[in-house]
Amino acid sequence: MTRRSTENKATSPRRVFLKGAAALALASAGMHGASAQMQFQPQRFEADITPLLNALSNGKPIVPGRVQMEIPLLVENGQAVAFRVFVPDAAPGSVKSLHVFAPRNPRANIANVFFGSASGKPELITRVRLGGTQTLIAVAAFSDGSFASASAPVEVTSSACLDLSAE
Amino acid sequence: MNNFRLSVPPVAKRGELIAIRLIIQHPMETGFRLDASGRAYTKNVINGILCRYNGAEVMRMELSSGIAANPYLEFFTAATASGEIVIDWSDDAGEKGQARATIAVN
Repeated sequence: MTRRSTENKATSPRRVFLKGAAALALASAGMHGASAQMQFQPQRFEADITPLLNALSNGKPIVPGRVQMEIPLLVENGQAVAFRVFVPDAAPGSVKSLHVFAPRNPRANIANVFFGSASGKPELITRVRLGGTQTLIAVAAFSDGSFASASAPVEVTSSACLDLSAE
Repeated sequence: MNNFRLSVPPVAKRGELIAIRLIIQHPMETGFRLDASGRAYTKNVINGILCRYNGAEVMRMELSSGIAANPYLEFFTAATASGEIVIDWSDDAGEKGQARATIAVN
Protein backbone atom coordinates (compact mmCIF):
# COMPACT_ATOMS: atom_id res chain seq x y z
CA MET A 1 0.00 0.00 0.00
CA THR A 2 1.20 3.50 -0.81
CA ARG A 3 1.30 6.30 1.69
CA ARG A 4 -1.35 8.32 -0.17
CA SER A 5 -4.08 5.73 0.15
CA THR A 6 -3.61 5.23 3.88
CA GLU A 7 -3.63 8.91 4.82
CA ASN A 8 -6.70 10.01 6.73
CA LYS A 9 -8.00 12.77 4.44
CA ALA A 10 -10.56 14.31 6.73
CA THR A 11 -8.17 15.03 9.56
CA SER A 12 -5.20 16.35 7.59
CA PRO A 13 -4.68 19.88 9.04
CA ARG A 14 -4.43 21.48 5.60
CA ARG A 15 -7.66 19.87 4.44
CA VAL A 16 -9.50 20.88 7.59
CA PHE A 17 -8.42 24.47 7.05
CA LEU A 18 -9.51 24.46 3.40
CA LYS A 19 -12.91 22.97 4.22
CA GLY A 20 -13.51 25.55 6.91
CA ALA A 21 -12.55 28.42 4.63
CA ALA A 22 -14.85 27.16 1.89
CA ALA A 23 -17.79 26.82 4.28
CA LEU A 24 -17.20 30.33 5.58
CA ALA A 25 -17.08 31.78 2.06
CA LEU A 26 -20.31 29.99 1.12
CA ALA A 27 -22.09 31.17 4.25
CA SER A 28 -21.15 34.81 3.77
CA ALA A 29 -22.09 34.71 0.08
CA GLY A 30 -25.49 33.27 0.99
CA MET A 31 -26.12 35.95 3.62
CA HIS A 32 -25.20 38.70 1.21
CA GLY A 33 -27.55 37.35 -1.42
CA ALA A 34 -30.40 37.04 1.06
CA SER A 35 -30.15 40.61 2.31
CA ALA A 36 -29.99 42.07 -1.19
CA GLN A 37 -33.06 40.21 -2.39
CA MET A 38 -35.08 40.22 0.82
CA GLN A 39 -37.94 42.36 -0.43
CA PHE A 40 -38.47 41.90 -4.13
CA GLN A 41 -37.67 38.35 -5.03
CA PRO A 42 -39.08 37.20 -8.35
CA GLN A 43 -41.61 34.44 -8.10
CA ARG A 44 -39.73 31.21 -8.63
CA PHE A 45 -42.76 29.17 -9.56
CA GLU A 46 -45.99 29.69 -11.41
CA ALA A 47 -48.72 30.66 -8.99
CA ASP A 48 -51.88 28.57 -8.88
CA ILE A 49 -54.40 30.72 -10.78
CA THR A 50 -57.34 28.33 -10.29
CA PRO A 51 -59.03 30.71 -7.79
CA LEU A 52 -58.77 33.56 -10.30
CA LEU A 53 -60.26 31.40 -13.06
CA ASN A 54 -63.07 30.20 -10.79
CA ALA A 55 -63.88 33.78 -9.80
CA LEU A 56 -63.96 34.73 -13.47
CA SER A 57 -66.24 31.92 -14.65
CA ASN A 58 -68.22 31.77 -11.41
CA GLY A 59 -67.38 28.09 -11.11
CA LYS A 60 -68.55 27.22 -14.62
CA PRO A 61 -66.27 24.93 -16.63
CA ILE A 62 -63.66 26.58 -18.85
CA VAL A 63 -63.20 24.40 -21.93
CA PRO A 64 -59.90 24.48 -23.84
CA GLY A 65 -60.31 25.64 -27.45
CA ARG A 66 -62.02 28.37 -29.52
CA VAL A 67 -59.69 31.13 -28.24
CA GLN A 68 -56.13 31.46 -29.52
CA MET A 69 -52.94 33.21 -28.55
CA GLU A 70 -49.86 34.18 -30.50
CA ILE A 71 -46.62 34.74 -28.62
CA PRO A 72 -43.01 33.85 -29.44
CA LEU A 73 -41.83 30.50 -28.04
CA LEU A 74 -38.55 32.00 -26.87
CA VAL A 75 -37.88 35.62 -25.97
CA GLU A 76 -34.64 37.30 -25.03
CA ASN A 77 -36.18 39.35 -22.24
CA GLY A 78 -39.60 39.72 -20.70
CA GLN A 79 -39.88 43.51 -20.79
CA ALA A 80 -41.96 43.79 -23.95
CA VAL A 81 -43.17 40.63 -25.63
CA ALA A 82 -45.39 40.86 -28.72
CA PHE A 83 -48.69 39.24 -27.89
CA ARG A 84 -51.97 38.59 -29.67
CA VAL A 85 -55.14 37.02 -28.32
CA PHE A 86 -58.23 36.43 -30.46
CA VAL A 87 -61.25 34.25 -31.12
CA PRO A 88 -61.13 33.16 -34.76
CA ASP A 89 -64.34 33.16 -36.82
CA ALA A 90 -66.43 34.50 -33.96
CA ALA A 91 -70.00 35.57 -34.72
CA PRO A 92 -70.47 39.33 -34.15
CA GLY A 93 -71.20 40.04 -30.50
CA SER A 94 -70.62 36.43 -29.43
CA VAL A 95 -67.53 37.21 -27.33
CA LYS A 96 -68.04 39.36 -24.26
CA SER A 97 -64.48 39.55 -23.01
CA LEU A 98 -60.96 38.17 -23.12
CA HIS A 99 -58.80 37.68 -20.04
CA VAL A 100 -55.06 37.04 -19.96
CA PHE A 101 -53.16 35.40 -17.11
CA ALA A 102 -49.40 35.10 -16.59
CA PRO A 103 -49.10 32.72 -13.60
CA ARG A 104 -45.49 33.58 -12.86
CA ASN A 105 -46.01 37.33 -12.82
CA PRO A 106 -46.44 38.97 -9.40
CA ARG A 107 -49.87 40.11 -10.63
CA ALA A 108 -51.11 37.17 -12.64
CA ASN A 109 -54.15 38.76 -14.26
CA ILE A 110 -52.36 40.98 -16.72
CA ALA A 111 -55.23 42.20 -18.91
CA ASN A 112 -59.00 42.07 -19.29
CA VAL A 113 -60.66 43.28 -22.50
CA PHE A 114 -64.41 43.83 -22.76
CA PHE A 115 -65.89 44.19 -26.22
CA GLY A 116 -68.70 46.66 -26.81
CA SER A 117 -71.41 46.97 -29.45
CA ALA A 118 -69.04 48.68 -31.91
CA SER A 119 -66.35 46.02 -31.70
CA GLY A 120 -65.23 44.69 -35.07
CA LYS A 121 -63.81 41.39 -33.92
CA PRO A 122 -62.70 39.92 -30.60
CA GLU A 123 -59.00 40.48 -30.82
CA LEU A 124 -56.29 42.38 -28.99
CA ILE A 125 -52.68 42.89 -29.97
CA THR A 126 -50.33 44.35 -27.38
CA ARG A 127 -46.98 43.88 -25.70
CA VAL A 128 -46.75 42.16 -22.34
CA ARG A 129 -44.24 41.92 -19.49
CA LEU A 130 -43.30 38.44 -18.37
CA GLY A 131 -41.69 37.55 -15.04
CA GLY A 132 -40.03 34.39 -16.37
CA THR A 133 -40.55 31.21 -18.33
CA GLN A 134 -44.17 30.21 -17.98
CA THR A 135 -47.37 29.13 -19.69
CA LEU A 136 -49.79 31.97 -20.41
CA ILE A 137 -53.52 31.33 -20.09
CA ALA A 138 -56.18 33.22 -22.03
CA VAL A 139 -59.87 32.89 -21.24
CA ALA A 140 -62.72 34.02 -23.48
CA ALA A 141 -66.14 34.72 -22.00
CA PHE A 142 -68.94 34.20 -24.51
CA SER A 143 -72.32 35.93 -24.48
CA ASP A 144 -74.07 32.55 -24.19
CA GLY A 145 -72.43 32.14 -20.78
CA SER A 146 -69.77 29.64 -21.81
CA PHE A 147 -66.02 29.96 -21.33
CA ALA A 148 -63.06 28.83 -23.41
CA SER A 149 -59.35 28.90 -22.71
CA ALA A 150 -56.02 28.65 -24.46
CA SER A 151 -52.52 28.17 -23.13
CA ALA A 152 -49.22 29.18 -24.65
CA PRO A 153 -45.79 28.28 -23.28
CA VAL A 154 -43.12 30.95 -23.51
CA GLU A 155 -39.49 30.69 -22.50
CA VAL A 156 -37.99 33.89 -21.13
CA THR A 157 -34.21 34.11 -20.96
CA SER A 158 -34.19 37.23 -18.76
CA SER A 159 -37.39 38.19 -17.02
CA ALA A 160 -39.06 41.52 -16.32
CA CYS A 161 -40.43 42.43 -12.86
CA LEU A 162 -36.97 42.11 -11.32
CA ASP A 163 -35.11 44.85 -9.61
CA LEU A 164 -31.76 45.16 -11.32
CA SER A 165 -30.40 47.75 -8.92
CA ALA A 166 -30.48 45.19 -6.08
CA GLU A 167 -27.99 42.92 -7.78
CA MET B 1 -49.63 61.54 -20.37
CA ASN B 2 -50.39 63.43 -23.52
CA ASN B 3 -47.69 61.94 -25.62
CA PHE B 4 -49.39 59.29 -27.68
CA ARG B 5 -49.98 58.20 -31.24
CA LEU B 6 -53.31 57.03 -32.54
CA SER B 7 -53.56 55.44 -35.93
CA VAL B 8 -56.96 55.08 -37.60
CA PRO B 9 -57.45 54.94 -41.37
CA PRO B 10 -58.78 58.38 -42.41
CA VAL B 11 -61.06 56.87 -45.07
CA ALA B 12 -62.81 53.51 -45.07
CA LYS B 13 -65.52 51.68 -46.99
CA ARG B 14 -68.80 51.02 -45.23
CA GLY B 15 -68.67 47.73 -43.36
CA GLU B 16 -64.90 47.46 -43.65
CA LEU B 17 -63.01 46.09 -40.65
CA ILE B 18 -60.51 48.70 -39.51
CA ALA B 19 -57.64 48.49 -37.04
CA ILE B 20 -57.32 51.09 -34.29
CA ARG B 21 -53.74 51.30 -33.10
CA LEU B 22 -52.68 53.31 -30.09
CA ILE B 23 -49.37 53.75 -28.33
CA ILE B 24 -49.10 55.88 -25.19
CA GLN B 25 -45.86 57.06 -23.64
CA HIS B 26 -46.05 55.83 -20.04
CA PRO B 27 -43.49 54.11 -17.75
CA MET B 28 -46.06 51.51 -16.48
CA GLU B 29 -44.13 51.48 -13.20
CA THR B 30 -44.67 48.09 -11.54
CA GLY B 31 -43.92 49.08 -7.95
CA PHE B 32 -41.35 46.26 -7.76
CA ARG B 33 -38.37 48.29 -8.92
CA LEU B 34 -36.01 49.85 -6.39
CA ASP B 35 -34.14 53.10 -6.77
CA ALA B 36 -30.45 53.49 -5.88
CA SER B 37 -31.24 53.97 -2.17
CA GLY B 38 -33.38 50.84 -1.99
CA ARG B 39 -36.80 52.48 -1.92
CA ALA B 40 -39.46 51.07 -4.22
CA TYR B 41 -40.78 53.30 -6.97
CA THR B 42 -44.50 53.89 -6.49
CA LYS B 43 -46.66 51.69 -8.69
CA ASN B 44 -48.16 53.73 -11.49
CA VAL B 45 -49.71 52.00 -14.47
CA ILE B 46 -52.42 52.95 -16.92
CA ASN B 47 -55.26 50.94 -15.41
CA GLY B 48 -58.14 51.57 -17.78
CA ILE B 49 -58.82 52.41 -21.40
CA LEU B 50 -62.17 53.02 -23.06
CA CYS B 51 -62.61 53.36 -26.81
CA ARG B 52 -65.80 54.73 -28.36
CA TYR B 53 -66.81 55.12 -31.99
CA ASN B 54 -69.52 57.76 -32.43
CA GLY B 55 -70.47 57.16 -28.80
CA ALA B 56 -70.77 53.36 -29.07
CA GLU B 57 -68.29 51.33 -27.06
CA VAL B 58 -65.66 49.53 -29.14
CA MET B 59 -63.80 48.07 -26.21
CA ARG B 60 -62.92 48.65 -22.60
CA MET B 61 -59.74 47.29 -21.11
CA GLU B 62 -58.28 46.78 -17.65
CA LEU B 63 -54.50 46.89 -17.73
CA SER B 64 -51.97 45.90 -15.09
CA SER B 65 -48.24 46.02 -14.57
CA GLY B 66 -48.12 43.00 -16.91
CA ILE B 67 -48.48 45.32 -19.89
CA ALA B 68 -45.15 46.62 -21.19
CA ALA B 69 -44.02 50.20 -20.71
CA ASN B 70 -45.36 52.58 -23.38
CA PRO B 71 -48.40 50.37 -23.91
CA TYR B 72 -49.23 49.50 -27.49
CA LEU B 73 -52.77 48.38 -28.22
CA GLU B 74 -54.36 47.26 -31.44
CA PHE B 75 -58.02 46.31 -31.81
CA PHE B 76 -60.77 46.40 -34.41
CA THR B 77 -64.03 48.03 -35.29
CA ALA B 78 -66.28 47.94 -38.34
CA ALA B 79 -66.59 51.22 -40.24
CA THR B 80 -70.30 52.00 -40.00
CA ALA B 81 -70.55 55.78 -40.33
CA SER B 82 -68.34 58.82 -40.66
CA GLY B 83 -67.48 60.23 -37.30
CA GLU B 84 -65.03 60.23 -34.48
CA ILE B 85 -63.14 57.60 -32.54
CA VAL B 86 -62.37 58.71 -29.00
CA ILE B 87 -60.12 56.85 -26.57
CA ASP B 88 -59.89 57.79 -22.89
CA TRP B 89 -57.47 56.41 -20.35
CA SER B 90 -56.27 57.04 -16.82
CA ASP B 91 -53.43 55.87 -14.62
CA ASP B 92 -52.92 55.07 -10.93
CA ALA B 93 -51.75 58.63 -10.25
CA GLY B 94 -55.12 59.89 -11.48
CA GLU B 95 -53.80 61.41 -14.66
CA LYS B 96 -56.08 61.16 -17.63
CA GLY B 97 -55.47 61.22 -21.35
CA GLN B 98 -57.56 61.28 -24.46
CA ALA B 99 -56.90 60.52 -28.11
CA ARG B 100 -59.27 61.39 -30.96
CA ALA B 101 -59.36 60.58 -34.64
CA THR B 102 -61.89 61.25 -37.34
CA ILE B 103 -62.87 58.75 -39.99
CA ALA B 104 -64.75 59.25 -43.25
CA VAL B 105 -66.87 56.31 -44.37
CA ASN B 106 -68.20 56.07 -47.89
